[in-house]
Amino acid sequence: MSLAATQLATSEVIPEEPESRRIEGRTPAQLVFQRLRTDRVALLSIIVILLIVAVAIAAPLIAGVTGHGPADANVDTGTDASGQPLPPGSAGYLLGTDNLGRDILVRIAYGARISLLVGVLATAIATVFGVVVGLFAGYFGGWLDSILARLLDVVLSFPYVLLAIVLVSVFGASLPLTILVIAFFSFAAIGRIVRGQALSQREKEYVEAAHSLGAGNLRIMFVDILPNLVAPVIVLATLLIPAAIIFEATLSFLGLGVVPPTPSWGNMLADAEGVGFQAWWFYIFPMLFLLITTLAFNLLGDAVRDALDPRTERIFARRRKDANTATR
Amino acid sequence: MIRFLIRRIVLGLITLWVIVTLVFVLYYAAPHDPARQLAGRAATPALLHQIDREYGFDQPILVQYWHYIGRLLPIPGHFDLGTSNTNRLPVTTIVAQALPIDISLAVGGAILFSVLGISVGVLAARRPRSFWDRSATVFVLTGVSMPIFILALLLLYVFYYLLTVHGIAIFPKPGSWTPITTNPLEWAHDLILPWITLALITAATYSRLTRSSLLETLGEDYIRTARAKGLSERRVVYRHALRSSLTPIVTQFGIDLAGVLGGAIVTETIFGLPGLGLTVVQAIQVQNLPVVIGVVLVASFFVVAANIVVDALYAVLDPRVRLT
Repeated sequence: MSLAATQLATSEVIPEEPESRRIEGRTPAQLVFQRLRTDRVALLSIIVILLIVAVAIAAPLIAGVTGHGPADANVDTGTDASGQPLPPGSAGYLLGTDNLGRDILVRIAYGARISLLVGVLATAIATVFGVVVGLFAGYFGGWLDSILARLLDVVLSFPYVLLAIVLVSVFGASLPLTILVIAFFSFAAIGRIVRGQALSQREKEYVEAAHSLGAGNLRIMFVDILPNLVAPVIVLATLLIPAAIIFEATLSFLGLGVVPPTPSWGNMLADAEGVGFQAWWFYIFPMLFLLITTLAFNLLGDAVRDALDPRTERIFARRRKDANTATR
Repeated sequence: MIRFLIRRIVLGLITLWVIVTLVFVLYYAAPHDPARQLAGRAATPALLHQIDREYGFDQPILVQYWHYIGRLLPIPGHFDLGTSNTNRLPVTTIVAQALPIDISLAVGGAILFSVLGISVGVLAARRPRSFWDRSATVFVLTGVSMPIFILALLLLYVFYYLLTVHGIAIFPKPGSWTPITTNPLEWAHDLILPWITLALITAATYSRLTRSSLLETLGEDYIRTARAKGLSERRVVYRHALRSSLTPIVTQFGIDLAGVLGGAIVTETIFGLPGLGLTVVQAIQVQNLPVVIGVVLVASFFVVAANIVVDALYAVLDPRVRLT
């Protein structure tokens, strides 16, 4: 028997595939990363995001090098002889100063911390809550689903900017409240998607198999079903980050988000608006940073969606083929 | 259909009730003393006591809640949103004064953003992956990434400040507002920049929706049939395809229209238009809670009502939609 098996094995020698035609096994994560690597727009947006993260991390360093804190009104050097703010490129102030003589570069760097913190943290909280609520609603169904689904509907039809404003006006503006408010109004979007997916996943055979193996509900929900929902959740979460950044900037612009003197790009623009249009550099730098950040996250979100969607494989394959023929 | 409408209206009422209750809890759970606020700086204990009695602040919270809900029931002559803390005007009067501005903003803005958004979407969908399609993608991404206050400030800077500084004062300064009944031309002139602001930001969503929806429809069999019949491409796209791909856009349209009706907060603040949005922001700055609550309720009503209307329209426009 064993002899026969070895004979069979030796007699059926699989011919070596030529190097170029060999098919490698790839995990879905590898596939996604490979697709993202060939996507120039995605690469560019990742680089831009990393640069902004670097600026945010280096904020104290920038403040140290320039010698100006983010809230320092530099009475002696920050304004010219007649007390006017300095334009960009002035000695010691790369991006100029605002009407109080504060260093705009340093404030932008600290503002980046706020934007990224709010964007990522609010999205993370929203994602966790959205996934939990969506999974419970979709998996258990029945009355729990009716209640949770209605709750999501109700939250989704709130005039959320107004309600955010009411919350902030009652409790007083602060950074933690801003993050919580944004998270609360974003979780329903994730919850609805997860619920829909969970509803269809729970009918699949693998769930039945897990049941018959004795897995508990929680295990099935979070170990078996959840990995199948990762793709849409990641896409939506990536797109929620820029929305959260815009929301924070808007609240701060209206004076209902980050409290001055802590700089955020939104309240820098509010300060600028209070002064009028004479000094363009009050506006242009916070605007540019805000726009570039949200644009980069949106582009990355689109790219991640394309990379996670199996249907786009053809496009990528064609692009790869084009690239190959071009280099030849 | 009737059953569906009843269900949706009940759900809408529940949503409104949740919002009302939330706002009530916030109002009364908030660390503030409404009587002291009404009395102003020269408050004597006797005056505070009198206000407490007059407004019912001394009653148990559930009784207050009952009265509060009761005042909101839509019975003519009974409906009451309370009184402003600052100028003692009824909140209903304040809302009625602000509403024409929001209606003007919503109507003009909606015409602009739907026309612009749908045309860009059609242009992109007719030739996928062409230069026009790529330009449309850039337009959409910019619109989605652009905070509305940045666009408003940019427009104001370029079209008001720079032009006026150079002696070309075409656009009005922020804070200009003329009722349409006074002078329709002046009315449109004062609103043109706010309209453009709203339109450019909102149109991005519409072109994205139109593009994907139209592309999907153009792949359907009946479109091939229409082409095979020898119809012109124009007729195929506009008469056959676009019509049926507009259904998802109707949903978005209703919600956006209601959103602006309930106060375009940022646009109104920057352009100084005294609509609901600016009213609520100013009320917040002086902690004038009755006005804040009144505006939030009116805005919520618009949004909830729009959701119901849109769902019903959806079923009328697309016979495949089953109402449950």
